[in-house]
Amino acid sequence: MKLPLILSLLASVATPAFADDWESVLAAAKGQTVYFNAWGGDERTNSFIAWADQELSARYGVHVEQVKLSDTAEAITRVVSEKAAGQTDEGSVDLIWINGANFLSMKKDGLLFGPFVADLPNAKYLDLTPGSAASLDFTIPTDGYESPWRLAKFVMTHDSVKVTEPPRSMPALLDWSKANPGRFTHPNPANFIGATFLKQALIELAPDARVLQSEPDDETYASATTPLWAWYDALRPTLWRNGESFPENESVQQQMLNDGEVDFTMAFDPAAAAAAVEKGLLPETVRSYGFEGGSIGNVSFVAIPFNAAHKEGAMVLANFLLEPATQAKAQDITVMGSYSVLDPTTLSDDHKAAFAALPTSDALPTTESLGATLVEPHPVWMTRLAEDWAKRYTK
Amino acid sequence: MTSGQRATADGRALRLSVLALVLAGLVLPILAGLWETAAVAFGHLPAIGVHGPSLAAFHELIALPGFARSLMLTVWSGLASTLLALMLAFVTLASLHDRAALIWARRMITPILAAPHAALALGLAFLLAPSGWIARALSPWATGWVAPPDLATVNDPLALALILGLTMKELPFFLLVGLVALTQIPAAHLIAQGRSMGYGWGQVWFWLIAPQLYRLIRLPVYVVLAFALSNVDMALILGPTNPPTLAAAANRWLFSADTRFLLPGAAAALTLAVIAAGAIGLCIAAERATALIGLFLLRRGHRGPQGGTAGAIGMLSAALLVGLALLALAGLGLWSVTWRWTFPAALPESWSLHQWMTQNAGWHDALATTLLIGTAATLISLTLAILWLEAEDRGHFTRARWAEALIYLPLLIPQIAFLYGLNVTLLRAGFMPGLGPVIWAHVLFTFPYVMIALSDPWRALDPRLACTAAALGASPNRVLAAIKLPCMLAPILTAAAIGFAVSVAQYVPTLFIGAGRITTLTTEAVTLASGADRRIAGTYGILQAVLPLLAYATALCLPPLLFRNRLGMIGGAR
Repeated sequence: MKLPLILSLLASVATPAFADDWESVLAAAKGQTVYFNAWGGDERTNSFIAWADQELSARYGVHVEQVKLSDTAEAITRVVSEKAAGQTDEGSVDLIWINGANFLSMKKDGLLFGPFVADLPNAKYLDLTPGSAASLDFTIPTDGYESPWRLAKFVMTHDSVKVTEPPRSMPALLDWSKANPGRFTHPNPANFIGATFLKQALIELAPDARVLQSEPDDETYASATTPLWAWYDALRPTLWRNGESFPENESVQQQMLNDGEVDFTMAFDPAAAAAAVEKGLLPETVRSYGFEGGSIGNVSFVAIPFNAAHKEGAMVLANFLLEPATQAKAQDITVMGSYSVLDPTTLSDDHKAAFAALPTSDALPTTESLGATLVEPHPVWMTRLAEDWAKRYTK
Repeated sequence: MTSGQRATADGRALRLSVLALVLAGLVLPILAGLWETAAVAFGHLPAIGVHGPSLAAFHELIALPGFARSLMLTVWSGLASTLLALMLAFVTLASLHDRAALIWARRMITPILAAPHAALALGLAFLLAPSGWIARALSPWATGWVAPPDLATVNDPLALALILGLTMKELPFFLLVGLVALTQIPAAHLIAQGRSMGYGWGQVWFWLIAPQLYRLIRLPVYVVLAFALSNVDMALILGPTNPPTLAAAANRWLFSADTRFLLPGAAAALTLAVIAAGAIGLCIAAERATALIGLFLLRRGHRGPQGGTAGAIGMLSAALLVGLALLALAGLGLWSVTWRWTFPAALPESWSLHQWMTQNAGWHDALATTLLIGTAATLISLTLAILWLEAEDRGHFTRARWAEALIYLPLLIPQIAFLYGLNVTLLRAGFMPGLGPVIWAHVLFTFPYVMIALSDPWRALDPRLACTAAALGASPNRVLAAIKLPCMLAPILTAAAIGFAVSVAQYVPTLFIGAGRITTLTTEAVTLASGADRRIAGTYGILQAVLPLLAYATALCLPPLLFRNRLGMIGGAR
């Protein structure tokens, strides 16, 4: 392959100018306060961001303030109302933890700043070739408008004392739930994890999963979802509270597992259960696993709104999140436990050693129980599934 | 010009400036916010490329899944909780009036009065859940449950848990305003008179006292009704989820990623305002009907049942509610020092102070912000209220009904109906979201309460004191500073404590006007309610409940300390 060679040549040619540019970004960022709008429901992530604040304050004089969202949409509404009010350069949102439909909506409405990812020095640790995991967000090309920061994979978690042989496929799950009525549920599909559960089932049950990679029309949508709804209609009456109400999100469901109200929870983070055990939030006997046919995986991103008041500071933070040392810390289950987004082939031996030295836990899934990684369907599938679900099952 | 005329002129000028301040600072922004929300509801939001007016948003709202049920749940939970709390309050007042137990009861309800809705809801959710404290205490020995049963005891589809929570919080409020109102009714006299005519004790209360009492607490009843119909934080924590109440749904839509939901969200917010107005209208109609029917029955010689059993049941329910609320708060405190506590253990299995001891724990900042906002909002409200009352004194005005309505206005319009629009208006006017606007948004709600709490004691101040001072040559300002304020210290502090408690409890104003950047104990507690860690939620909840309680305690303890060598001042301080 000559491509890497050409790329590295290009990189070496571009470096001097690039470094100057970055120096000016750093200079402009000094003294700025970056309002990082990130979902605040996870204390580990909150502490991690607080740590990033300390690091960046010390290194570059950039202060990071987390705006703890209960839903990412809050930040988007704010940008929209700022745009409505003609606020185009002093916006209150500097950086958003964003994904999928939210990204698509902001990108489509021209609410994002960029492209900026290629300007980040640490982008060299990413595999940004077209079609790579770090350059696609739910099949939508990121085009440099958002920078990756953590890898997520869908897993199920159960208490190994109560459920010894957990179901590893959707039909098996239906059988299990029929045999144990009221002991399984999923977050409301208005929530990301709830919708992901439906998507996971959709990929497994659709007659031809390839259609999920493009935007659905009425015909492909109907044919792909018919088996899903048949399966779900059978499953729903067996769910917790007869499938009439659902936990608001996966955190609530994790607490329900801890309380013994249900036997399963799910997460978009293979280390979530291990970290919860560490914090005394789940019994030590919980285990996480993926589905036989593979589980949905995706990369989470950060993006900068078009009207962010502190774009340079936001870029410094986005770049810091891509540092190998930062990524290794993020992967530590005692810290955050989210998997690295970096391309391992770009890492030095020191970097690799830092990853290898991370602590481990029984509640972490083994590579084989985690299974293959399935790619996300086009985001419109998720929107339609959630809407359809609400129509079908909201009285 | 005589000095009396000058004082009146002074009073008029002062009153005009206070009125102008209240109009510009409180009333106009509310109307502007309402107007902006209405504009979006009628399909006008150029930022996302829609231009009104049109009814499309309302059509969309009606077509959204679950809308009809959301609407029904809202009306049902709002009316049921208000009516229940009112009835229980009346029965309790009737049963405890003039008894020693009343003092005890007043002490019991203070923590509930002080605790914000969110804290109470958090505690109650844990108490009632199938895996909650009650179930844990009774399992498995009494219930046989090894695992929690699959029962919808919170977030139930009929909103019963929400109604319970709202009733629990509003009952003490009604008790308090009822107790204050009772001092204005010659109750003992009426009871004696009624009984001498052969009416039973319950009948005297029903026919003679309750109608007069109700007249005096009508406005607070409407406030509670409007609040119960539109509250977001309690509905999020205790209410049904699929679908939620209209206020919770509107909140969700206004914060949805999909900008298309903004229009139906605004339409829902506006609908809430209409529902609140309709419910108050319904209340007024019901008052008239009750009065007519009551008169009709009385004239026909009906005396009605003695009501002894109903009274006992009512008392018992009220006591049960208060007990549950106190347990709910205790549960929060317990969780804040827990490490692990699993079903069905009645008490935590392992304890930990890590929530309290952790360096840089999030609650430090939230506590500081809450204190700052609460103190600032209270001071501003207090200053405004004192100026207003002093202007009334100097001008010898009695308060017109429209002025009274003005004060109550922010409490009668559902918060979500004008705060969304107000945020847009503020941004357009160039105000960045931050502490300042949030403090001001809190004043919208603390000022009415401070004003209400301070008005009666202020008017009750013996006018001869001021007269004597004036006769001795003191200027009106000196009379205010040297006579009125020291004499009013206890009620001023009480009003301040109430204002502070109201500020601590504000959720929707902090969220909307602070653009999510301002983190208070309340916004954190509501966010954490949908998190995985009950221990940290408990920490925020208990802090949230204790902070206003400390304010009340200060209000109670400070005057005797300050006036320890002036017995008359303490006697005057209630």
